[in-house]
Amino acid sequence: MTDARTASTHHHRRLTLARHGARAAGALSRRLRHGSGLVIAGRVLLAIEPDTVATLSRERSITLVSGTNGKTTTTSLTVAALGAGAEVATNRDGSNTAAALAGVLASADAPKLVLEVDEGWLPWAVRETGPEAVVLTNLSRDQLSRHHEVGAVAAAWRAALAGVPLVVANADDPAVTWAALAAEHQEWVAVGTEWRADSSVCPACGSRCTTSGSGSVSDWGCSSCGLRRPEPRWELDGHTLRGPGTEVDLALDLPGRFNLANAAMAVVAAHAIDAVPAPAAAGRMRAVTSVAGRFEHLRLHGHDLRIMLAKNPAGWLELLHLIRDDRHPLLLVFNAEGVDGRDPSWLYDVSFAPLRGRTVIVQGDRATDLLVRLEHDGVAAEHIPGPLAMGLWHLPAGRVDVIGNYSAFRRVVHEARRG
Amino acid sequence: MDDELAIINVYPELLGTYGDSGNALALAHRASARNIPVRIVGVGVDDALPLHGDIYLLGGGEDSAQLLAARTLLSQQDARQVLESRPCLAVCAGLQLLAHEFQDADQGRHEGLGILDVTCGRLEQRAVGEIVTEPLELPEVPTLTGFENHRGTAALGPAARPLGRLVAGIGNGDRHHEGVVQGLIVATYLHGPVLVRNPALADLMLARAVGPLSDFDDPDVEQLRLERLEAADPRRHRTRHAFLRR
Repeated sequence: MTDARTASTHHHRRLTLARHGARAAGALSRRLRHGSGLVIAGRVLLAIEPDTVATLSRERSITLVSGTNGKTTTTSLTVAALGAGAEVATNRDGSNTAAALAGVLASADAPKLVLEVDEGWLPWAVRETGPEAVVLTNLSRDQLSRHHEVGAVAAAWRAALAGVPLVVANADDPAVTWAALAAEHQEWVAVGTEWRADSSVCPACGSRCTTSGSGSVSDWGCSSCGLRRPEPRWELDGHTLRGPGTEVDLALDLPGRFNLANAAMAVVAAHAIDAVPAPAAAGRMRAVTSVAGRFEHLRLHGHDLRIMLAKNPAGWLELLHLIRDDRHPLLLVFNAEGVDGRDPSWLYDVSFAPLRGRTVIVQGDRATDLLVRLEHDGVAAEHIPGPLAMGLWHLPAGRVDVIGNYSAFRRVVHEARRG
Repeated sequence: MDDELAIINVYPELLGTYGDSGNALALAHRASARNIPVRIVGVGVDDALPLHGDIYLLGGGEDSAQLLAARTLLSQQDARQVLESRPCLAVCAGLQLLAHEFQDADQGRHEGLGILDVTCGRLEQRAVGEIVTEPLELPEVPTLTGFENHRGTAALGPAARPLGRLVAGIGNGDRHHEGVVQGLIVATYLHGPVLVRNPALADLMLARAVGPLSDFDDPDVEQLRLERLEAADPRRHRTRHAFLRR
């Protein structure tokens, strides 16, 4: 046997061993109720075999979905749009770092994978998996204690996307557009964006970037270099997605204009990956009512809860728009550890004035930060320490919207489901 | 001051990445609590810098936004005169813009307004985390708490004084000090926003604009200060450990 073949055989054996070890660790983690176990499995796998993601990605069709907001939902809707007939594996629970990707790749034998990737991990994921397509939803400030600068993330994306065959990209986001232009081909989708605060400076040349309009009539362009909004092939107008020779109604069971944007990206992604006709893709999405706990409705202690995630200013802006006409109580849960980002200063980047006059309870490890933030916008709130049930105990029976940032949201979903 | 206290938030679309617009809200909140009518004016990049504001605020921004803000400010004929003659808070990128010069990510040197006798360089590693300092020049202001997220240093010349002695964090990058005080300018690397977490500093800015203030206690803000200092001030932990050892 040649040295090369010996090395290859050893590598294969080690990988097989690693997969067995990872599956055992994952099963143990599930039994101990530590989530799906994929992350634990992935960690074990990467510790034993660091190039496991590259190896397990070979000869498989991989689509990566990334962005600041909407990546979990877009991933889930894309999988739904591809249809039951397609053998597709995915990371359903929103875990989206290297370990989660390794876990999914090892645990599933599907030839096709649609994988959500954390925006910071995207360059690594592109390098390791060699994706056929990358879907980019949007890019804005989030976890700046980890990402530091939006511009730096955009630059890293752009460097990583060189050589990627196709990017399905939000044409209304300058940073996404600039990064996507490095790929070989682009499928531009105009889904609109209300958050403009990270689009004032041209990502290409640093000059002033001007934006105008909103939704389907938005436009942007650099005042100096040639970077400007590309002509989209697909455009979202209210509930209607128009593409080349097609027009579909995105009648979702998920609320909010941001979910319409996620759905539009998913329809185009399914069309690009598997030539799924847009009407069929849109039809298949209607069965999706909640994604990894987002917008999950639960009844708990006499309250009808709707659980939502808002983890950065752009996300809060969209959620405040969604709940603008509601008057029922809100329970807001706020943490600032790990995946939440350690600096909650961003709370001051969005106005909470629309919550004035509503009954608001705050909870979480950093509830005081949120309480003070609300006070500065004239929103009276009460801090009720303790579990979700304690907060609910202070509210009259009936509807309650529960909104948490990342770790708080996960805790709330866990508590509410446990009952 | 005219009928209303005019708080001038300079280029919030460029210098507002780390929540520093909250400093304007903190000033407005504490002014309103004293029945002082207040108006926040956000200055756009295409707007002329208002000449007669009462308090000027410059916040933090990303590298490319900071460079654009520098070009824009340097092109404004009155910027130097206005910003050095009024109470001014400059945070992070704002501090660097008022310095003689600052560096970008590629070590390129750029001209600042030169109002502060400070030269800004680049830290080897980014400073990210809770920061605690003890004010040196402002006797009425207690311990400062904030969050820093920057790669800038600040080397002070003879006309500038450090804002605080470093208790925890990186600050100016000299292991000893954080921020700058010169004339009516208070410059710092502290986000948080710094005036929310440090109401005495907000009151100092207000008092410089309107004169003596009545008392105003905000229990929620005091609780926030307590929590952040408890989390980040090592002196508190030493006390606790010493107590436990007894």
